[in-house]
Amino acid sequence: MTRLPRPAAIVLLALLALLAAYPLYGSLLFPEKYAFLLQKVTGIMILAIMAMSLDLLVGIAGMVSLGHAAFFGLGGYMLAILSPQYEAADIWVALPLALATVAAVSAVIGALSIRTNGISFIMITLAFGQMGYFFFNDSRLAGGSDGAFIYVMPTVEIAGVSLLNLESKLTFYYVVLGAFVGAFLLLRMVLASPFGRVVQAIGVNENRVRGLGFDPDRYKLVAFVIGATIAGLAGFLGAAQYGFVNPAMLSWHQSGQALVMVILGGTGTLFGPALGAFVLELARMGFESVTEHWLLPMGLFVIAVVVLLPKGVAGLLLQLERKPPPEAEDGA
Amino acid sequence: MSADDSVILETRELTKAFGGLVAVNTVSVTVRKGEPHAIIGPNGAGKSTFVNLLTGHLPPSSGRVLFRGRDITGLPTHRISRLGIGRSYQKTNIFPTFSVFENCRLAAQSRLSTSMRFFRPAVTLAEVNRQAEQAMEQAGLAARRDRTAGTMSYGEQRQLEIAMVLATRPELLVLDEPLAGMGKEESERMVALLKGLAAQYSLVLVEHDMDAVFSLAATLTVMVNGTLLESGPVEQIRASQAVQDAYLGDGAEAY
Repeated sequence: MTRLPRPAAIVLLALLALLAAYPLYGSLLFPEKYAFLLQKVTGIMILAIMAMSLDLLVGIAGMVSLGHAAFFGLGGYMLAILSPQYEAADIWVALPLALATVAAVSAVIGALSIRTNGISFIMITLAFGQMGYFFFNDSRLAGGSDGAFIYVMPTVEIAGVSLLNLESKLTFYYVVLGAFVGAFLLLRMVLASPFGRVVQAIGVNENRVRGLGFDPDRYKLVAFVIGATIAGLAGFLGAAQYGFVNPAMLSWHQSGQALVMVILGGTGTLFGPALGAFVLELARMGFESVTEHWLLPMGLFVIAVVVLLPKGVAGLLLQLERKPPPEAEDGA
Repeated sequence: MSADDSVILETRELTKAFGGLVAVNTVSVTVRKGEPHAIIGPNGAGKSTFVNLLTGHLPPSSGRVLFRGRDITGLPTHRISRLGIGRSYQKTNIFPTFSVFENCRLAAQSRLSTSMRFFRPAVTLAEVNRQAEQAMEQAGLAARRDRTAGTMSYGEQRQLEIAMVLATRPELLVLDEPLAGMGKEESERMVALLKGLAAQYSLVLVEHDMDAVFSLAATLTVMVNGTLLESGPVEQIRASQAVQDAYLGDGAEAY
């Protein structure tokens, strides 16, 4: 992953500051909607984590998955399953266990999927995603098609001392903001690493990667597991926020929505899909407040963005710094 | 096992059939260290298929490939690359959106025991960087270091193709038509580059350009219709009546 151009980095930092300071100015600017928006933005940041994790697969490694929600949903369900009824789960147990489960399941699904490419990969991930959906829909585990409630937020304690009270919407907002920024930085770090360079190269020219002496399948599998596990984290946070899980979390609608965020935001940029989550969700909110037939303008909006911004919202930001044509001094 | 240490690559009755079409038919060839070896033949002779069998891009139907006496038949491409056979492609096969340096750096990175490293930035691997710089230098691309590969001229992209192979530190270079599609000037520059490489590496070269072949190769293998017509020192092949009749013609022109 290359260094972000300065103007784009400045815009992103400004947006981040806007998010971090929302509790300060939100109650002044929108006194009636402050609490609603606080929750809304928390939810969007969770979706943004999922969108970034999907970008690792779709935009960077070139694996278009339509089953990513399976891991989002599984992360959420693990919290529901690990929470004792009417009592709080211990986050130091529940979170690692949830992520490990998602990682293990995604390793199996990934191993069976990554040998295919293109349409076949889309279909096989779609099939696995729907298997996950029906697994939770049709089994008695965690309420079947009705879903399950998580009545109490997980505790965050060390030696019996509570560090964070997640029941506080404000605290939870900052926890999610931390997870969001952390996921972004983690993915950036991974992409800059030797591993990440191979994965990016696979997205550009998989055959050449093989010719150079790398086994692409191994790298694709690890990338798949990393992406799935981060999606699992998003699902875990989502389940905690709403206090509820249902099979729809795993459905292909959810996968498709994440894919729209990735494409709208700009594939392969990480920050683009995160912006895509905000653009899509805020647009939805806007249209919903105007008309109950919001799906129609929403669809037109998505089409318009895709047509007008072929490189997504990220493309706009990256255009802020148009370098002079390379080697203009070159006479050859 | 080959008892002869000078042999770097050997095929034994190598055969590849696509359904009823036998593209490569029981071809046995010996490539020696320090003897640049060119494979020539008219279009459709099976040269490219033969190269794909050497480098694991295709599995053979029967026969063996030995590299330094070791049987590498049927090994996957990436394993063969790591054993020390570096291959360039007839159709330019690079990472067009990466910089020239990153193309070479990634190639050099392939020689790490593993690239499953997640924390330190790849660009801090000093030895990998050094190998990449050296490969760019060798291929005459040092001045293009930060250029996006896909924006360079065709000839430069062909040079990059070679630089990437060099960055993998191969023992044997297998170059599939390195001059394909090049203009006269570009060709001359590439031939000069290849001459330099022929002095340092063992070389298998598939090429149509006869002038280039005769100026580079010590040994020639002539293929026609998937079979080996003749293989031996350049002078022997030049003098061979069978080759003259089948292929070279009197003016030593290809096609």
